Amino acid sequence: MNTTFVERKQITEEITADNTQLSKQTKISVKDLNLFYGDKQALYDVSINIKEKEVTALIGPSGCGKSTFLRTLNRMNDLIDSVKINGEIIIDGDDIYRSNDVIKLRTKVGMVFQKPNLFPMSIYDNVAYGPRMQGIKNKSKLNKIVEESLRGAAIWDEVKDRLKSSALGLSGGQQQRVCIARAIAMKPDIILMDEPTSALDPISTLKVEELITTMKNDYTIVIVTHNMQQAARVSDRTAFFLSGEIIEFDETSKIFSMPNDQRTEDYVTGRFG
Amino acid sequence: MTSLPLKKETEKIGKSNKRKYRLEKFSGNLFLFCALLSVISLLLIICFVFYKGAHPFLAEGYRFLDFLLGSDWVPSEDKFGILPMIIASLYATIGALIIGVPIGLLTAIFLAEIAPKSIAKIISPAVQLLAGIPSVLYGVFGLAIIVPFLQNHLGLIKGQSLVAVILVLAIMMLPTVVTVAETSIRAVPKTYREGSLALGASPIGTIFKVVVPAAKSGIMTAIVLGMGRAIGETMAVILVAGNSLIIPTSLTDSVRPLTTNIALEMGYAFGTHQEMLFATGIVLFSFILILNFTLARISSKGGN
Repeated sequence: MNTTFVERKQITEEITADNTQLSKQTKISVKDLNLFYGDKQALYDVSINIKEKEVTALIGPSGCGKSTFLRTLNRMNDLIDSVKINGEIIIDGDDIYRSNDVIKLRTKVGMVFQKPNLFPMSIYDNVAYGPRMQGIKNKSKLNKIVEESLRGAAIWDEVKDRLKSSALGLSGGQQQRVCIARAIAMKPDIILMDEPTSALDPISTLKVEELITTMKNDYTIVIVTHNMQQAARVSDRTAFFLSGEIIEFDETSKIFSMPNDQRTEDYVTGRFG
Repeated sequence: MTSLPLKKETEKIGKSNKRKYRLEKFSGNLFLFCALLSVISLLLIICFVFYKGAHPFLAEGYRFLDFLLGSDWVPSEDKFGILPMIIASLYATIGALIIGVPIGLLTAIFLAEIAPKSIAKIISPAVQLLAGIPSVLYGVFGLAIIVPFLQNHLGLIKGQSLVAVILVLAIMMLPTVVTVAETSIRAVPKTYREGSLALGASPIGTIFKVVVPAAKSGIMTAIVLGMGRAIGETMAVILVAGNSLIIPTSLTDSVRPLTTNIALEMGYAFGTHQEMLFATGIVLFSFILILNFTLARISSKGGN
């Protein structure tokens, strides 16, 4: 940690940024997390501290457990009957597997999926869905949330005239940004993204990436990606997963320029994966 | 020298190919004939029913409106009014829908969304088996269980009544409603559920706000099919309806729906009386046609 700090200090522009980074608090603390699908173990002793208001990228080859790990953070794995988990995940001081309030957890930890999964209803209703489920009925309040969320996802100007038309009429890239708006509408602290651009064209991908870099001022973002350039472009820190273990977790610049582990280097230089 | 056997060869091939082509053509026509059989049967039935049923109105001077809106059905006195039966059919169908649809939908939701696999494995085949029970057995069940129950607990003199018909029809439409609705609910993409749950919605909230609306057209189809089943059912209804020719004013009245009128009297009717029964069939057939058109519209909308 110290050496990185010294190296980085030489870049004067980043000094201030770096100072704030030092003071950043740990938002998600994972300790010795093991996960089993039935008898098959998918995660081995995963421990990682994710800092607030940063973008943390999870990279690794297919089947390495990065998506599985991401889904433990808002307990989406609960949907699969055979999953068993031990270890602890602490978010803001609460062990999320000890406390049983999954609904509260998921309002705090939003998620954007691999493929845009807007509901077959209007754009407005999609974004207002979460707040309505929380019991917000006041129209002007909902209007405000919808507008703020769509602005937050940089899609307001594109959809403001067609809020009442079906969300499924939008392009894939627009849909994915509305998905992000839908997640933002819940005012979460953390947003999980599971390969959010893998189904998008390059231009839409660029827009989503720009959005992610602006969003980190307000949210802690954990993003799974297959695309190493994307991890390099958008993330502050990167964790490299292999066969259910975290091989290396460090600042993104370090992972991509001088990783400690040979396997990380092999992966980021494209020797396998 | 060499050309001769060659020619023979090609001739041989040509012959066997000719046979192949003939067989090809023949099987094509055979398939077409089979496919046309159902269409032909449909046309024959329609023509026959309409020919017989329309005769009194076209050739014998009866007025169709009197037939539809007349409240007396006394064939011996030349009175043919089927309004009581139309009303009985509608009441019975609507009543069965009111009871059967909610139960069927909740069952479908339970099976598709909530039930653990082990329980769904027992209930699903049970519901499907319900569809295979001959309708006369439903009638016998109604007569042996529901009718005495109504007599004992509602103090009716005669348990055969509109409410008995409604209960039997509600049970009979369950398999249709459950199976079709369950299939359409299962067809809703998993990603919708995940998206909703990830937004902090409860599982039940997810079902009613996202899954069921997404399966709407399939569920509407289930309801319409269940309705078709109820309105066309004859055998089970005869046994529990009581078959009185009155316009029902309460649930406990004895009723005679359209279908049972035909089945009860066709055996001995002749002349105009028989033709009027065919005309009753036309009315019934029109109801079914309307239902089918609604169904077609629903499914074409669902496709969009």
